[in-house]
Amino acid sequence: MNARRLDLVFAFLVAATGVTWVVGESGSAGPAAVALILGLAFAKGWLVIREFMVLRRASLLWNLIVGGWLTLVLAIIALTYWKAL
Amino acid sequence: MSSNTASIAVQNPAARPGFSLLDRYHPPGDLAIWVFILAELLAFGVFFAVYAVARMKNVELFNAMQPNLDRSAGAINTVLLLAASWCVARAVAAIEHGRRAASARWLVAGIGCGAGFLVVKLFEYAAKFAAGINLATNDFYMFYLSLTFFHFMHVILGLVILVAVWLKTRAGAYSAADHHGMETGAAYWHMVDLVWIVLFPLVYVMR
Repeated sequence: MNARRLDLVFAFLVAATGVTWVVGESGSAGPAAVALILGLAFAKGWLVIREFMVLRRASLLWNLIVGGWLTLVLAIIALTYWKAL
Repeated sequence: MSSNTASIAVQNPAARPGFSLLDRYHPPGDLAIWVFILAELLAFGVFFAVYAVARMKNVELFNAMQPNLDRSAGAINTVLLLAASWCVARAVAAIEHGRRAASARWLVAGIGCGAGFLVVKLFEYAAKFAAGINLATNDFYMFYLSLTFFHFMHVILGLVILVAVWLKTRAGAYSAADHHGMETGAAYWHMVDLVWIVLFPLVYVMR
């Protein structure tokens, strides 16, 4: 694994967490805010899967399984949010 | 094996006897831990889906209760888990280059961040319990307490694994050529991190 690459991933993960925290602290609500934080959660999760769990070295099948879990869970959350509007 | 057959086997791993797609190309670490990780992800996935549906059915209660959570503590804990994952990934990167002492130091840093998560969470729980909140308070707090405590237990297990990996690293059990055990422990820890990445926006922020 490339150390500099890991450092850049970590910097992005922290920055994305900061944005999510700001959204929460500002009391932002509604579809746009939720789309932003769920999109950031997907980006963070995908980076952890690909770079920290090193699934980029694994087969497509493994990427589909673990990436599919992340996509499905966030899709269910988004769908139920939308239904409750 | 004739030279021709050997050549085909090198070019195409699927031509090897006993080849399995899952085994040959599974991510770093033991295949058994990956089966365990998938089971854990399934359990958390069901838990998240049930929370989302419960919120959908009682959105007023969830939106009224959620502002009472400590989002700053949640964000700090997110950064601590991410930092722990980063440290563990750097520990694996270090051992890949044969730098055993540096790898052990990165593991200690990762364990420290993970322990920090537990401390912050305990303060968060203490504040809630002091306010008289428990599992029976309402559906929101039932989910908040049970879901975060389920994850809390996984953090503890992850830390036990990381400490075991750290001790083995110090004992010289891993090298650039053989660090399969460290990759196995790292994979489990990253799973704990991945789950929290979904949990934090879902429970603490989304409204």
